Amino acid sequence: MIRIFSILAGLFFILGLLWSMTIDTMAFAADGLPTSPEKEFHIEHPKALSLSSNGPFGKFDKAQLQRGFGVYREVCSQCHSLKHVAYRDLTALGYSENAIKAIAAKATINAKDPLSGELKDRPGLPSDHFAPVVYGGKGVPPDLSLITKAREGGAAYVYSLLTGYAAQPAKLANKPETKTPDGLYYNPYFANLNIAMPPPLAADGLVTYSDGTVATKDQMAKDVSAFLTWTAEPKLEARHQTGFMWIGLMLFITVLSFMAYRNVWSGTKH
Amino acid sequence: MSFPWAKQYTPSHPAMVWLDEKLPLPRLIYGAVGAGYEVPRNLNYFWNFGFMAGLCLMIQIVTGIVLAMHFAPDTGLAFDSTEHIMRDVNWGWMLRYGHSNGAALFFAVIYLHIFRGFYYGSYKAPREMIWLLGVTIFLLMMATAFMGYVLPWGQMSYWAAQVITGFFTAFPLIGDGLKEWLLGGFAPDNATLNRFFSLHFLLPFVILGVVILHIWSLHIPGSSNPTGVEVKTKADTVPFHPYYTAKDGWTVGLFMVIYGLFVFYMPNSMGHPDNYIPANPMQTPAHIVPEWYFWPFYAILRSFTQPLLFIPGKLMGVLAMFASILVWFFMPWLDKSPVRSAKFRPLYRKFFWALVLDVLVLGYCGVSPPEQPYILLAQLATIYYFAHFFIIVPIVSSIERPEPLPFSITEAVLGHDGQAALAAKG
Repeated sequence: MIRIFSILAGLFFILGLLWSMTIDTMAFAADGLPTSPEKEFHIEHPKALSLSSNGPFGKFDKAQLQRGFGVYREVCSQCHSLKHVAYRDLTALGYSENAIKAIAAKATINAKDPLSGELKDRPGLPSDHFAPVVYGGKGVPPDLSLITKAREGGAAYVYSLLTGYAAQPAKLANKPETKTPDGLYYNPYFANLNIAMPPPLAADGLVTYSDGTVATKDQMAKDVSAFLTWTAEPKLEARHQTGFMWIGLMLFITVLSFMAYRNVWSGTKH
Repeated sequence: MSFPWAKQYTPSHPAMVWLDEKLPLPRLIYGAVGAGYEVPRNLNYFWNFGFMAGLCLMIQIVTGIVLAMHFAPDTGLAFDSTEHIMRDVNWGWMLRYGHSNGAALFFAVIYLHIFRGFYYGSYKAPREMIWLLGVTIFLLMMATAFMGYVLPWGQMSYWAAQVITGFFTAFPLIGDGLKEWLLGGFAPDNATLNRFFSLHFLLPFVILGVVILHIWSLHIPGSSNPTGVEVKTKADTVPFHPYYTAKDGWTVGLFMVIYGLFVFYMPNSMGHPDNYIPANPMQTPAHIVPEWYFWPFYAILRSFTQPLLFIPGKLMGVLAMFASILVWFFMPWLDKSPVRSAKFRPLYRKFFWALVLDVLVLGYCGVSPPEQPYILLAQLATIYYFAHFFIIVPIVSSIERPEPLPFSITEAVLGHDGQAALAAKG
C-alpha cells in the first residue's frame, strides 16, 4: 500500500517536472543560450597578483603595507571609509607608537567629550577606528575594510579592477543600449562592465613613497591591494602560524593513534 | 541491552563501587561506548562517521557558546560584532572560522553517514527507529545551519532569510501569514534576527537530545555491518573499547588535519564573498545561493518552473523540496528487500551509484545561475531523484534477485566459520 502510494507520488512530481521541462526546453530551443554584454565581455578571472601574504606560509610585507596605506590615505580615503580598522591596528604595519599617535591625530573624530558629555570634534586617538568619510557625490562608495573578502577573486580582483579601466569595445560602444552611460566608466573586471568610480590611479606618481619605490600606477594598485588584504584579514599571519602548529600536532597524533589502532587490531582479522 | 557475551561493568576501586551504587553513570558509559558494547568485527571506515558527527556537534556547541558571548543579535550591531570577534576578541578569528567551517564539515560527515545508510540498508528492520531519529537530526541540522547563516547579517544572510521564509508564501491562503509569523514582520528585521539567534542557540541542544535517543535506539539491536548479516555468536563481535575507540580515534586525528586545513588555510573557501557585505534590504545580490550543503535541494526547488494544472510552480517546487527529504523517513518501508547490504544487491547497487552521481549533478545545478542549460540539467537530475526514491527503490526491492549471503560475519571475515562447520558436522 505504502509502495503504491509512493509510486503515485513519484509520478506526480515527475509529471510536474516533465511539464516544466517541456515548456522550458521549447523556449530554450527557440531562444538558444542566454546572452548579454556581461556574459560576453566580463572577465571573471582576475589578473594574477603575487603577494607575500599568499600561500600557506605567507606573511605580510610591512613595507608594502605601509606604501599601500599611503595610497589609501592619499587617494582612496577621499571617498572610501575603513571603519573596521582602528589606528592602533597600524602597529602591525611596523609603525611606532608615536607615529600612530601622529597619524590618528590628523583625523577628526566626533565623540563624546568626557568632561561635558557633549558630542565634540577632537583629534583622533590610537584607540579610535578610522574616521567616517563623507562622500558628496551620488551613490555610496563601499567601505573598504573587508573589500578583498567581499569580492570574488579577492585582492587580485581589486588589483585588476584598479588597473583594468579600458576603452569600450566598438561592439558595445556602437549601440546606444550597451554604450557606457555618461558618468560611468568601462571596466571589464566589474561585474556589469560600467563602474561609477572614475579611474582612481589615473597617473603615475600620485603618491610619494618614502622608501624610494617608484609609484607607477601598477605599483600603487599592487600596494593598495596588499594593504586591503591586511585590513580584511589582519590576523592572517597568526592564522598561518597557528595552522602550521595545529596540522603538525594533529599529524603527529594521527600517526601515533594509527599505530595504536594497528596494535589493538593486530591478530584480529576484520 | 546487549549481547549475552558482552562484558559487565565491574568497578574495583571503592569510590567507583560507591558511585555505581548511587548513580551508575560509569556503567552507562561502559555499556554505551566502552568495553561493554559488542560491535561487529567487520565494520569498514564508513562506520566511522557517526562518531565523527558526534565530535562535530561538540565542536559546534563549544565554539558557538563562546561566539555567543561576543555577538550582538541586533541588526545594527550584528555585522560589526562579527568583525569585532574577528579582530579584537582573543582567538576570535579561530572560533568563528572554526564554527563556520565546522558546520560545513559537519554536513560533509553527515552526508557520508546518511549515504552509508543507503548503501548498506542500515534503515531496515530492526533499525527503523535509529533511521527515523537520524533523519530528524538532519532536518534539525538544516534549520540550525540556516539560522546560523543569517546571524552575521551580511547580504547573503539577509537574502537567505528572505528567500527561505519566502518558501512558505507558496502555500495557498495561509502562506503570507505564515511567512510574517516566522519573520515577526513583513521582511527580515530585528525581530527575525533575535528569534533566529535564540533558536540557533536552542536547536543544537535539541539535536544533542535526539542524538542521545539515536544512540540509545542503536544499542538495542547493535550496529549493523557491511555484510548486513546479523551478529550470531561471540566470534562475530569485538568490544567497542579498545577496538573501535582506537579505530575511530585515529580517523578523528585525520579529520582534525582536514578541519585545520580549512580553518587555517582556506577559511572562506566554502563561504560566499557577498556575506562580507553588510545586509542591505534595498539591494538584491546578483546571484543568491545557499551554502554548498543545500545546493542539491535548492536545485530541486528551482526545477519546477511551470504550474501543473492549478498548482503553481513555486508550490510544486516547495512541496518537492520537502518531499525530497521526507521520503527518507519512509525508506524502511519502501525498500522491502530482506537483504540489507548493497554488496549483495546487484541491481540496487547500480541505482545507488546513479543516485550519488545524481546528487552531485543536482549540487552543481544548485550553485549555477537559474538559466539554461542548467535548468534542463537540474530538471533531468530531479526526475531521477524522485524516480529513485519513490519508484525505483520499491520496485527493485521486489524484482531483484540478491546474491548469496555469507552464513555469518565470521565467515565473511575468515572465509570459514568454525562453529558453523562444527554444527554441520555434528
